[in-house]
Amino acid sequence: MSDTKVITDTRGFGRKLADLDKTAVAPFLALAALFVLGALVNPNFLSIDNLLNVLTRSSFIAIIAVGATFVISAGGLDLSVGSMAALVAGIMILFLNSGAVDGDMAMLAAGVVVAIGVGALAGLLNGAVITIGKIEPFIVTLGTMAIFRSVTVWLADGGSIAMKSIAMRNMFRPVYTGVFLGLPIPVWIIIIVGVLGAFILYKTSFGRHVIAVGSNEDVARYSGIHVNRVRAMTYILQGICVAIAVVVYVPRLGAATTTTGMLWELQAITAVVIGGTALRGGVGRIWGTICGAFMLEVVGNIMVLSNIVSEYLIGAVQGTIIIIAMLVQRTLQKKKA
Amino acid sequence: MSVAPTGETSTLLPVLEARGIAKAFGPVEVLTDITLSVMPGEVHAIIGENGAGKSTLMKLLSGHLAPTRGTVAIDGEPVIFNGPVDAEHRGLVLVHQEILLAPDLTVAQNIFMGRELKRGLMVNDREMNRQSAEAVRSLGAEIEPTTQIARLSIARRQLVQIARALQVPHRVVIFDEPTASLTPFETEALLNVIRDLRDKGVAVLYISHRLPEVAAIADRITVLRDGKLIATRHAAELQPVDMARLMVGRDMSKLYPEREETATRQNVLEVKNFEVPGYASDASFVLRKGEILGFAGLIGAGRTELFEGLVGLRTAHGEVKLNGKPVKFHSVRDSMSAGIVYLSEDRKGKGLLLAQDLRTNLTLATLGKFTNGPLIERKREDKSLDKAIADFDIRARRRDLLAGQLSGGNQQKLLLAKMMLLEPSIVIIDEPTRGIDIGTKEQIYRFIADLAKAGKSVVVISSEMQELIGICHRILVMRSSRIVGEVTGDAMTEDEIVVYATGVKINEAELYSAGNA
Repeated sequence: MSDTKVITDTRGFGRKLADLDKTAVAPFLALAALFVLGALVNPNFLSIDNLLNVLTRSSFIAIIAVGATFVISAGGLDLSVGSMAALVAGIMILFLNSGAVDGDMAMLAAGVVVAIGVGALAGLLNGAVITIGKIEPFIVTLGTMAIFRSVTVWLADGGSIAMKSIAMRNMFRPVYTGVFLGLPIPVWIIIIVGVLGAFILYKTSFGRHVIAVGSNEDVARYSGIHVNRVRAMTYILQGICVAIAVVVYVPRLGAATTTTGMLWELQAITAVVIGGTALRGGVGRIWGTICGAFMLEVVGNIMVLSNIVSEYLIGAVQGTIIIIAMLVQRTLQKKKA
Repeated sequence: MSVAPTGETSTLLPVLEARGIAKAFGPVEVLTDITLSVMPGEVHAIIGENGAGKSTLMKLLSGHLAPTRGTVAIDGEPVIFNGPVDAEHRGLVLVHQEILLAPDLTVAQNIFMGRELKRGLMVNDREMNRQSAEAVRSLGAEIEPTTQIARLSIARRQLVQIARALQVPHRVVIFDEPTASLTPFETEALLNVIRDLRDKGVAVLYISHRLPEVAAIADRITVLRDGKLIATRHAAELQPVDMARLMVGRDMSKLYPEREETATRQNVLEVKNFEVPGYASDASFVLRKGEILGFAGLIGAGRTELFEGLVGLRTAHGEVKLNGKPVKFHSVRDSMSAGIVYLSEDRKGKGLLLAQDLRTNLTLATLGKFTNGPLIERKREDKSLDKAIADFDIRARRRDLLAGQLSGGNQQKLLLAKMMLLEPSIVIIDEPTRGIDIGTKEQIYRFIADLAKAGKSVVVISSEMQELIGICHRILVMRSSRIVGEVTGDAMTEDEIVVYATGVKINEAELYSAGNA
């Protein structure tokens, strides 16, 4: 139109692609640093057995946190995941004990379906109240956190809900303890959930809508996106992820107790945040989240393997990590601005 | 409040000078060797397109940024500002373009924020309220000092912000596009405030896009282009047309495209007794095929809300016929499917995802067209972005920029490109050129004219009467939630519109429009 060169930007010259990627790379660098620390503390740390073991133990949080990545990317928050896990586990076991379906294998399969159904419904409840009721997610899920926990305690009569059938327990156990092609089954499940999560978030229009809603809800609405539907869907995905985590968790002990899933919401949110997802929404990093969940377990493992800090302080260390992660994120973002 | 200049005025020493200052961000110099001065009792206007370096220059002069070369001098003495507070202590005040007030606090609390008057340990509310009322009154307005900022209109907030800035003892006041959200009357009131300041011997630097306003107020005018100083002239030597030419570096006498009678008699959209509760009532109008229909009115008249209601973004009811058939849009998706798109006036808040890249923004409203099963096809998105960049002349240094890193003009072009992917037959554009440089304005006017030529119908909502008169076939005027008048043909003058928009003929309005001639 004119030969005048328009200077399109006078502020952003410092912003380079490299800066954008720093938040994506940071969690993996942190993990590498932890590996070095672990190796220094105890030579056994880097053994394949130990690492696979740690990875297996991180699976519940990793799977739940993949769901939390969707919720948080869309600008929401779900504090109820820990209680929800307990409730889903409780209902699943009660169903398995009911003998509603003939044959142990069919019963287990039906149990998995029931778990996922209950998880999805619990997520839908959160999503519906948040979107239709127009209430802060923090408050709604704080409420459902108490509700789910309390109902679980009631179902368990204050004690625990255990699988009665020993045969079924034995049949179910490999889901947690089994190994397939050299990798523990829970690790495979992390990989599958991660791949599916990454596919949905990065490659589908639903994923794009999640990021749009988290980035700016008004823009999403003015662009013709059904914002409430997208937000509610993230909570349903979260519920399904919780159910998948429960399917991996139940065979481990064969029971749900009143303390099942206690503080998992904190660990899941921590994993998401240290994985590089922005708590204010608009940025989601599935693999960063899984890396974050792994890191939390690695820290615990290093504390157990070393005698420097008492393992009773693991919560304090994890708490410190989330604060440091936020500081790092803030610093990286400031450099971009 | 101002530190009145004493005897020195007669020596005509500039209060504030830039001596060959330059600013580089990284390897790129955005401002090169600027030398200018402002005298006591002078209004010196700085004009230039977006990205010309005006804001950077103001930040250098007000201590928000440090120059990479050259010096800033006060009273002939070179100074190095230790931040904006230091500059304020030296009597240099910047009135920001954005409203930077705490919405939940009162007018007085905002005016005195950070420098509260105390009585013993407690804040002296009574005195602060008294002084605030006085400060606001001196700007020609009456605002109760105990009103919450959130309850004031944008224009009144702007006044509070100016009152707050002038609370500091000042010798130089820098206004950064202060009239961007003001109506003609409010603008005139502000210009009077500035004249007062000038008469008191304060030096004023005035940045604006609105050239008639600059012509009305400035003593001297400096034109920036591409970070360089193009000219500094006495205002009397420069007509707005010349200013525009200097700003873009070419002849701008043809800002608006040749008006073509593209409007037909065929009614595309018929709206009857349309109601958006609280914002618009009893609105009835028709839109014809190939027509450019303007909606004029003061800010808050309900124009934006009327159309947001119409496309399903707000609760609304009333009779709407599209091509003769009654329609009801429950969500904005419905109206998009019916071929109606609405481009929000709030580009940054409702139009684009500033933190996402160009591609994501471009295809956001039409992702369904870029998917194969559940999968988004990036290659087709990229192709579409190539086409949009070419068709709409979007100037981005790199394709992987974020939308927030584009200039206002390029953001508007990106938003246009995004909405045009919906292949609409009716395009509603709200404040199409707000905050946009004059070169891009011309492009957007031409684009709107081309849409009409292609048989589409366009609604333009604008507070800039000149632009409505320049491009529309017909203009409807809204006042206090109602459509109160229609002007066409030769009757399309600012006077005529203002009469409808305000309900009274006011001499000041003529005075203002005289400045536009």
